[in-house]
Amino acid sequence: MTVPLGMPRVRPQPATAPTDPLRWGPSFPEAAHGTLADGQLRANLRRATGTIRDKRLAVTAELPDWEDLRAAGSAIKTQVMAGLPALLVELEANVTARGGVVHWATDAAEANRIVADLVRATGATEVVKVKSMATQEIGLNEHLAAQGIAAVETDLAELIVQLAGDMPSHILVPAIHRNRDEIRQIFTDAMTGAPTGLTSDPRELAMAARAHLRERFLRATVAISGANLAIAATGTVAVVESEGNGRMCLTLPQTLITVMGIEKVLPTFTDLEVFLQLLPRSSTGERMNPYTTMWSGVTPGDGPQDFHLVLLDNGRTRALADEIGRSALHCIRCSACLNVCPVYEHTGGHAYGSVYPGPIGAILTPQLLGMGTPGGLPGAGPHDPTGSLPFASTLCGACYEACPVKIDIPTALVHLRERAVSPAGGTHRPTATGLAMGSAAVVLSSGSRLRLAARAVAVVGRLLRGRRLRRAPYPGSLWTRTRDLPPLPRESFSDWWATHRKDGAR
Amino acid sequence: MSARETMLTRIRAALAATPSAPVVAADGVPRTYRHEGSVPSASAAAVDLLADRLLDYRATVLRCAPEDVARVAATQLADVGTVVVPAGVPATWATALTEAGVAVRIDEPGAPLTHAELDATGAVLTACRVAIAETGTIVLDAGPDQGRRALTLLPDRHVCVVRADQVLGSVPQAVALLAEHPERPLTWISGPSATSDIELVRVEGVHGPRDLRVVLVEA
Repeated sequence: MTVPLGMPRVRPQPATAPTDPLRWGPSFPEAAHGTLADGQLRANLRRATGTIRDKRLAVTAELPDWEDLRAAGSAIKTQVMAGLPALLVELEANVTARGGVVHWATDAAEANRIVADLVRATGATEVVKVKSMATQEIGLNEHLAAQGIAAVETDLAELIVQLAGDMPSHILVPAIHRNRDEIRQIFTDAMTGAPTGLTSDPRELAMAARAHLRERFLRATVAISGANLAIAATGTVAVVESEGNGRMCLTLPQTLITVMGIEKVLPTFTDLEVFLQLLPRSSTGERMNPYTTMWSGVTPGDGPQDFHLVLLDNGRTRALADEIGRSALHCIRCSACLNVCPVYEHTGGHAYGSVYPGPIGAILTPQLLGMGTPGGLPGAGPHDPTGSLPFASTLCGACYEACPVKIDIPTALVHLRERAVSPAGGTHRPTATGLAMGSAAVVLSSGSRLRLAARAVAVVGRLLRGRRLRRAPYPGSLWTRTRDLPPLPRESFSDWWATHRKDGAR
Repeated sequence: MSARETMLTRIRAALAATPSAPVVAADGVPRTYRHEGSVPSASAAAVDLLADRLLDYRATVLRCAPEDVARVAATQLADVGTVVVPAGVPATWATALTEAGVAVRIDEPGAPLTHAELDATGAVLTACRVAIAETGTIVLDAGPDQGRRALTLLPDRHVCVVRADQVLGSVPQAVALLAEHPERPLTWISGPSATSDIELVRVEGVHGPRDLRVVLVEA
């Protein structure tokens, strides 16, 4: 194999450039086959998630009222969902009253167009960006690039991902799939002005990124950010961060454009006291993150003098229309559920084929696309790759326990599995799972049928004489291809019971 | 239909289609969490806890009596060459700096320093609005003795003076105080800038001031 000169020697992950940030690559089981074979990736993930799990447990245990905060956070989010129309109108009025401009975007294309037009109006050809899931979700950087506008990611992990040509694989630490040696290689290959003799020391790597970005911060006239939350009653928007790249973007440029999902609105300023305790401790496992910036519209003489807030739907109203599934909109993007998930730890984020990986991604992504609903995007049926996401879980419940706003992810997963197998409205091709479950229902709903089926299994068990069936005939082969079948019993339980009850076992 | 109307219509339709979804009224949020911190506000214990938290973030903590503030701050800044101060800090602070041989730049609201000038300034000296003991957080609200946000961002060293009576126990107490002026731009600072993006190993000092020194003024 030859390596072309000037091309990064670290291969991008995933190898092919995704077309849709919410839906790329094959189904979860197929993608997981590939990522599971990557021993380096698994080692990187195991170390990283293990570290952060311990930190989170230590700082949440420190607060005697942690469970009360979770209950309050959950209730506030439920309150927000039911009152969303009024809250958004209130937020718009208060941002506008303080000199900001509010835009509404029904989908990714509309949001991208609004942002590109705003940037073009300033004449800027380079913008600095604060890490933001919303802009990842709509593929803003790619859209801007097509318009001749370079978007520079300034969060360290986002910068790594951008320079490597990767997709993010974690909500909080998008480059979690890369270790220090790979990052050194990515910087050496792709970062202009990377120091010669750069080592793999995290401090040295961080300082190289600081030097690389410093002049870009100082010359930027436009910044683009997301928002962790916005207060309807005051028009206050907040960005929670660690490195100070957020402060740079939110303070220095003349123009600030913030893209925010509509579900991030909170009713009152007082609600900050709940979320500014829940978020940092759940997210990075710190008592408080190094920097939080809050601004309300425009402050004369301080910070950007042109502020635009883009309110994004992009499938959120589809999720809202599902009374169980809508809890996914409560998510505050802390990533605690990813860090505790045994499936995520083994497969990594790229197996999920979406910018939202892990347990929350498994319930959020299919809903944003409208999987299994009449209002869904074309193709978002049970055979779409996103239809496999609700099955990417063992239902162990660790995510529910870790979630700072108590999203019952296991219940939502089961609900969405049903939706994937039996979509509402329209005709659909039956799925293997649907057929298997249907047959099971026929057998399990009648005592005599179950008895007959159990006896049939026992006959096979006696024929096998305790040996394992490694490969069942089709369609059972779909199951045994990836799983072991236990040795079959030689006698059904009901027959065993019928014999032994006579022996006086009452 | 405008995008605004489309979205509001979609939201209302989604809510109408889910009548049995749980609803919580504004007064139905269970606020049973603590409003007071584990230490009383403005107490010696609160100052101790704040100092402990700041040290954990690897900030530098200095403690002094009220009459020594200007002198202690000046000692922390004697080696940086130039220091910017917001126009509203006590005059004694600037005097002490000048006496220590440091060039003082005052950022006047009518004649703000440029970003390039701030970037070429070694340090910044400010007061704060409030501090939170439990989380080791200092909050700036751009008051006259704190200045606009760029001041505390570009210089690589931030020396911040916190009076004991400004140290509150908990996050809810601080939010209640800040709610008096929600329109002010707020910067919550908990230690020097940091990143954990490489293998989740914490590295202190990235884009914001890499060197945070907090002068705690005892009651």
